[in-house]
Formats: sequence, structure tokens, C-alpha cells
Amino acid sequence: MSYLESNLKSVPTGFRKILYVNWPLVILLSAVASIGFLMLYSVAGGRLDTWAEPQMERFGLGMAAMFAVAFTPIWFWRNVSGLIYLIALLLLVAVELFGAIGMGAQRWLELGPVRVQPSELMKIAVVMLLAAYYDWLDVDKVSRPLWVLVPVLLILAPTFLVLAQPDLGTAVLLVMGGAIIMLCAGVSFWYFGTVIAIVCALVFTVLQSRDTDWQLLHDYQFRRIDTFLDPSADPLGAGYNITQAQIALGSGGLNGRGFMQGTQSRLNFLPEKHTDFIFTTLAEEFGFVGAFSLLALYGGILGFCLYSALLNKDRFSSLLTLGVAGTFFLFFSINMAMVMGLMPVVGVPLPLVSYGGTAMMILLAAFGLVQSAHIHRPR
Amino acid sequence: MKQTERTIRESQGRISRRALLLGGVQVGIMGLLTARMRKMQLEEADNYRMLAEGNSVKIRLIPPARGLIYDRNGVLLAGNEQNYRITITREDSDDVDGLMGDLRKLVAMSDADAQSMLTELHKRPPTVPVTVADRVSWEEFSRVAVNTPALPGVTPEVGLSRIYPRHEDFSHLLGYVGPASDYDLSKIENPDPLLMIPGFQLGKLGVEAKLEEELRGKAGQRRVEVNSGGREMRELGRREGVPGENLQLTLDYRLQNYCLQRLGQDSAAAVVIDVTNGDVLACSSAPAFDANMFVRGISSTEYRKLTEDDHRPLSDKSVQGLYPPGSTYKVVSALAALEAGMVTPEETVYCRGYSEIAGRRFHCWKRGGHGHVNLVQSLEQSCDCYYYEMAQRIGIDRMSAMAHRLGVGVRPDLPMSAVQEGLAPTKDWKRERYGKEWLIGDSVNASIGQGFVLASPMHLAIMAARIASGRALEPRIIKSKNGVEVPHPEAPPLGLEQAWLDQVRAGMNAVVNGRHGSGGRSKIVMSEWKMAGKTGTSQVRNITAAERARGVIRNDQLPWRRRDHALFICYAPVDNPRYAVSIVVEHGSGGSTTAAPIARDIILFALSGGLPPLEAYPSSQRGGVEAERKNLNLVDPDVVARSGTSRA
Repeated sequence: MSYLESNLKSVPTGFRKILYVNWPLVILLSAVASIGFLMLYSVAGGRLDTWAEPQMERFGLGMAAMFAVAFTPIWFWRNVSGLIYLIALLLLVAVELFGAIGMGAQRWLELGPVRVQPSELMKIAVVMLLAAYYDWLDVDKVSRPLWVLVPVLLILAPTFLVLAQPDLGTAVLLVMGGAIIMLCAGVSFWYFGTVIAIVCALVFTVLQSRDTDWQLLHDYQFRRIDTFLDPSADPLGAGYNITQAQIALGSGGLNGRGFMQGTQSRLNFLPEKHTDFIFTTLAEEFGFVGAFSLLALYGGILGFCLYSALLNKDRFSSLLTLGVAGTFFLFFSINMAMVMGLMPVVGVPLPLVSYGGTAMMILLAAFGLVQSAHIHRPR
Repeated sequence: MKQTERTIRESQGRISRRALLLGGVQVGIMGLLTARMRKMQLEEADNYRMLAEGNSVKIRLIPPARGLIYDRNGVLLAGNEQNYRITITREDSDDVDGLMGDLRKLVAMSDADAQSMLTELHKRPPTVPVTVADRVSWEEFSRVAVNTPALPGVTPEVGLSRIYPRHEDFSHLLGYVGPASDYDLSKIENPDPLLMIPGFQLGKLGVEAKLEEELRGKAGQRRVEVNSGGREMRELGRREGVPGENLQLTLDYRLQNYCLQRLGQDSAAAVVIDVTNGDVLACSSAPAFDANMFVRGISSTEYRKLTEDDHRPLSDKSVQGLYPPGSTYKVVSALAALEAGMVTPEETVYCRGYSEIAGRRFHCWKRGGHGHVNLVQSLEQSCDCYYYEMAQRIGIDRMSAMAHRLGVGVRPDLPMSAVQEGLAPTKDWKRERYGKEWLIGDSVNASIGQGFVLASPMHLAIMAARIASGRALEPRIIKSKNGVEVPHPEAPPLGLEQAWLDQVRAGMNAVVNGRHGSGGRSKIVMSEWKMAGKTGTSQVRNITAAERARGVIRNDQLPWRRRDHALFICYAPVDNPRYAVSIVVEHGSGGSTTAAPIARDIILFALSGGLPPLEAYPSSQRGGVEAERKNLNLVDPDVVARSGTSRA
């Protein structure tokens, strides 16, 4: 009998749950999404129906999903986390077998009228399963090699499937998202140190493998690395985006050029200006003030999650909340670092702002889990 | 799994510690992001702002290579050559006038040109590059290229420009290209942005204009990054255009050249049609001009010389010139009469030198008259009175209906400039045009190709080809586009009784080969190449009764402008026609004396595929023919005639 189950009586039930929702978090999420609508409207050249409207519809659906998830007791989610992980894994295998090709990678699965990206689901499923795993695991065993190996395998299985698609961005997010849970669960720092050392060695090996028979990455991935290291080396191709993104960002100045006034964004130079590169438009049109405001909103979301996690005495809830917040942090920090030229270009969208249905829905559902943990926390 | 309160608290404590650590790291990373943002957006903002201002992406068009034009043998008639030019973009220079002065130290340029270019520069928007010197030499080009750093705004460029390697031979037919003018653009509903490129050449005349769309091709695009000055910094992407379609004409460059040479100094036109399929093998108008002059930019003196010449070198007489067809039109009248059943081939009409019709006297060309003539004889001797009689029997409408069937009064569907419709008049036409009733005298005049009747050399060639083949041949000049043969279905039969066609053909045969034939001097004596034809001499002035009484003034005593036009239509070989030819020599005096010998030379050239053997000519004329050949300036003269027995 877990600690949580012994304190059930104090958990709100029925419509009273509405009172216990973490409302500031809901407001922050809506604020960020609204910035997204505004930017999508702007990059579409003042058209609602291109991107902004579908995005609003999905936000509405995602909010509904969030509340549905939130009002379902957290122990239910803990109990089904293994099942969700399995479903996500099977879908990933299905993508590998029947998936649609998009942007040179197999990412989507056509399920009737809906197009889903199982890799998006997997990002949350891994967090859920690992949280449940550490909830179940004896605290003393956390750092024992065998018990460390289990979560590592649980992370690596989907990671390899995602890498096969190939989608480097998601793979990185999966590994790092899982690592955050392990870190929070108290796995010894030695493991992390070792892994980082191994990864560095691996990166070196991968770079050495270029142009050999056993080349480990796709050519385009190598080119992205090249581009990151020296964007001006390939101004015609991949480096072009980075250079132009930085010019857009920098030229925003303090106050920006004004809504729908960004000259760089108007010029159609970014092929993914409504998805991965949308931050540049924000930074150009609203300047440092706008860009920092978005970062502050993101920080606020993180803060409320951290607060909720510290408040919660249930291990699963805390770990899940920290995992969701950590994944969310990875999303936006990688995206921002990428457009600012601090990181190579990997396909990571700006959460809640970039155009994209599955990502938005899954993310809101994940915040539903955070809310559920918050509502059903033991008191 | 049982856990004690203590271990739970312990684990929660660890989670909290780790969570705070993680939060710290996150705050640190966000601080890093903020710092980066601050650095870019606040400290280096001006730098980036400048880059953004100056650095905009522009689409530059890559002009496609214009389609090439070949003759039927694959010989190039219109090509593209590289040329070097110098452009100036006004906005890149503070002092255009000074710049022009500097440029003139490097490139030879007349004062007038320099002045007009400066005017042009100030007229155009500052961002538009203006070509200030075209077709500069390689030396000048490299001199400028080396000095560009000192000449802001000056760009040496390499471009393609049109060249016509056969010079004047095809100038009327092909036309020429020139820079798109504002007037050209105003005529096009949705002009291709290509045409906005200053100096972009488009077809102005002839095939170049009519098949402009095919020849032009599709522009490619370059995405370039340009700085605030508009100067290209680097190319970001490139999409190649589609070059224009290559055309192959049905024309033969040697025959075309020969025709023009043979027409010589006369104001004349010649058309050669392949009787088997309607291919136009030659279509010449003399005198001609060199189309390259227009591409290069013709000087005003050169241009004035062309426009003031009374032989009108700029006009393409082969399809634009309309002439009363004169006696060549008698084949139309004869066929119409036969077809209408108003005359039998055997029936004779008495010619006493004139006919009295409706109180007016209409004269035959032969003062004494031809006596009794039947249809074949009427054609052979070109008796006018016979046709005056026919005109009264059949009426104008049936005559003109026959003319239309033979192609006269119908605009030939050819991609050439200002192709004329000609005129085979009807009663309705006159009523509409002049508001007057048709008179019997009009019919009488029309029956011998005078009065209202008008035809171009092209019409006459079509007429000859149709009679020779018995089929409603349509002329064509485009053989293939981009190597794909233009479909050209076999022409349907004319629907004329074979016997009537045979009568007219017999008449045309007699014109050349008969004892009294009007074109007898232009016989071909080689039996397998024998020619049939019809002479025509059309008046351009009225002969008054008084003059007739004094004696008609001979052509050589008249000023050139008032002399008769000389016409001749023919086909050969007689028994298995291969080529049809029409010749019009403006004010050439007589069809038999001037036009027929030219037609014979041309058709022989076509038949033998080069200068024909002298044996084709009657022995008495061979010396003259040989002497005349020395005056011709032929292309590929080394390609000599094949032996007389082989046939093309």
C-alpha cells in the first residue's frame, strides 16, 4: 500500500477538482499559445486560415484533452503508463513498417483521417513509464547497475526506432527526457559522468566515420554538423537558414520592427518559418522584449511545475511533473539555441508556438498529467 | 512494495534536491539564452539591422537561350552568339556623368551615343541596369572588367544575342529580334517578366515575331542576396530555365539564296512550293536587307536608305505584295468556265483583237486578234477575248469561288508578318466596299486578272501547286519544332473534274512548250524536266483610247514606276509535277520576257538540287545563261549540279 493510497480521503473528487486545478499554469500555457497564434498569423502574411486557425482548433482540442487527463486520477495514469509505452512502441514500429514519408523521414502514421506522429507520444510515454518505474523501485536499489540498466533499455528501445526514421531531434529529446527522470530519481552522478564520457567518445567516432564504409550518420546529418560549426561554409544550402535566422533575430533590436513588419520574415527565405524557425519572426517583430517575454513565460511554466513537484509527496507525481517540465524545457531551449546558432539544426519545434497538431495535443495532454498530479496530490 | 515513512521522506528529499539542481541548471541555460539574445539583439542589433537592410533576397531572371532556326537540311538560319556589353546601374554611382566619362576612356563610344545613354540612364529607375555599350570587343570588355572597382555601378556582362548567318537571304521570312519596347509590352496582355529585362530581345517581325512564344523559352531564376546598393553578394539558388524551341523550316537555304540572287536588282518576289506536300522551299523578296543590322542597332542613315528605296527592301513582297495577277489568272477563269459547264474544251471563240461589251471596247493584247481559239489555245496564246466571253457566261461569283478554291483571296496560314489575303471580288464585296452594283465590265476585267483582283506571289504559287497536284495544298514553312515534326496531313483533293484539270494543264504546257506559246522562250529542253506555266503581264496604268489610237507606248519607254508587272507561274516536271514556282517582277514589263526565264532557272535549280546543267536550256540560250551565272553570288557554289538524269 503506497503512501498515496493511504491518503485518498483528502483528494478532491467530482467537480471540486476544478478548484484544485493549477490555474496559473493554464493561463501561462494559453498565453504562450496565443503568442503562437499571433506569429502564425504574421508569417502567413496576415491570413488566419493558413496556419493560425487550424492551430487554434488544435489548441482547443488539446485543452479539452488536458482537462480530461487532469480530472482522471493520477494513479490511473501510473497504472496505465506501461500500456501507453507499449502502444507508443508498437506505433513506432508501425511507422517503421507503413509510415508516410515526410521531409525525407518516416514520421507519420495515417490513422483514418488523423495523421499521428508516434514519436511525439513516445516522448511522454517514456517519462511516464520511468516515473512509474522509480515509483515502484525500492529507493535503495536506484543506483544498482542492474536497476539502472532497465530504464536505460526502456529509453534506448524507442530511441533506436526514432533514429531509424531518421529523426535526430526526437532521439535526443527521448534520451535527455529519460535522463532527467533518472537524475531526479536519484541515480548516482557517476553514471551520468560515465555516459557523458562515452557519448563524447562516440561523437568523436561518428565524426571519424565520415566518408568511410561504416558511416554512421546520414550525409545530411553530417552536413548539419558542418553547418553548425561554420554556417557561412555552405551559404547556399543549410547554412543559409541559420545565417538568415540570426540576421532576423539580431535585427529585431530591443523593441522589434513591429507586428507584421519583419522584413526578413516577409522574404520567404526560411522554408520552415511557421514551424522550427518561428522564434526568429517573433524576435524580429517584437525584438528582445518579445523574445524575452516568451522565455519568461516558459520559465514561469517551468517554475509552476517545479513548485508543484516539490509540493507533491507522491514519487510518481513528482517525477512525472519534473519529467514533463524537463522535456518541455528541452523543447524550447534546444529550439532557441538552434535558431540563435548555439546548436546544430535539429528538427525540434518551439513548444506551443510552432505549427503542428500532434506535438501541441500531446504536450497539452502531458500538462494534463501535471495537472492531474497536482489535483490528486496527497494532502 | 512496502516503503516506510522514513525512506519515502528520504526519497522525496532526494527528488527535491535533484529537482532544485535541475531547476538551477535550467535557469542557467535560460540565462545563457537570454545573454545570447541580449548580445544579438541589443549589442549587435545595429550590425544585424544593417545586414537585414542591405541583405535582401532578390529573384534575378536568367534569360533563356532563344530557340535556333534551321533550314530543311539543318543549316543554321538564326542562331545566338555571345556578346559583351557594359551596363550601368545609376543608384550605385554618385556621379553618373563622371562615370560615363571614365568609361569612355576604356570603351570607344561616340558623343551622340554617350549622350543618349545618359538620357536613358536618367529616365530609367535608378535600380535598373542600363546597357550603355553593346557588342564591345573582348579587349574593351576586359579593360572594364579589370577596372570595375574604380567604376561603381558599371558591370561588364556577357549575354546572348541573335545572329543571322545567312544575312539577307531569310531576312523577310525570319524577320529579326530587337529589344522589347514599351509599345511591344503594351500590346501583350500579361507580359512575361523576362521582357522587362532591359535590352531583352524579342521577335519583331516574321517568324521571329509570330513564333515568339515558342522561340523565347522560359526564364530561369537565380535567388541572389543583394546588398543595399543592389549589388549581388552571392547566389543562393538557381533554377535553370527552358531554352526556346528549335525550329526547322521547310525552306532550303541554297534555293532561297539562289532565288534572291536570281531576282537580282529587280523589285521582285519568288515562291517555290513542293507540289507533293505544300512545303515552301523558297520564299524570297528582292531587294532584301541584312537582318543583323537591326539586331545590332541600325543607324539612322542605313535605315533611311532602306525606307527611301523605291524598291521597298523592307517589304516582304512574297506574301505582302498584292498585284493584279494578269493573265496568270486565266487558269482560274478557264477552270471556272469548265466547271460551270459553260464551255467545252473544243468550243472556239473568235478573237478579232477586241470585244464590244456593254458599249465598251475591251482589247486583246494582240491587236490583230487570235482568230478562232479553243480553251488550250486561249491559254497558250493568252487570248484575252476568249476570257471576256467566258466572264460574261459564268459571272464573277463563280469565277471568284474557283479562285478561292485555288487559294487566291484566302489568307495563307503562314507564321509570317502581314500575310495578305488578296482579293477575288464578288458582287456582294463590291456592294459592301463601294456601295455600287457589280458591272459586267468588272467581270470582264477580272477574267484576265485585272480590275479588282489582287494576289500575292504566295497566292500564285499556291494556285500553281494546286493545279499541278489537283489537291488543296496548304503551304507550310515550319517543318518541325524541337525535332518534333509538325503534323501536316495530306491535302484533300480539290474536287475538280480530272478532265478539266487536264485541259488547263495542257494549256499551261502549251504556254511553254507549244508552237505559239507565250512563254515559249523559257522552254526546258530536257524531256524529264519539261515545265508548264502561265505568263502574266498586269497593267498598272490605264491605256486611254487616244493612246491606243496613237499606238500603245512600249514599256521600255515608260518610267519604271508605270511599267507593267511581269508575272509567271509554273510547275515542273509536266507529267509528274514536283515543284511549283511563282515569280512577280514589279514593273518588269512582260511576264514572258522577264518573269518566265527567272522562274525556269529557279525551278531547274530546285529540280537539279543546284545549278542545273546547261543541257536543260535550248542550245541557243546556253551561252547567255552561262554568262548570267557569273553575276550570281551563290552560297556553297562548289555544290555543283547533279547529273541531268537524277531527280530530286
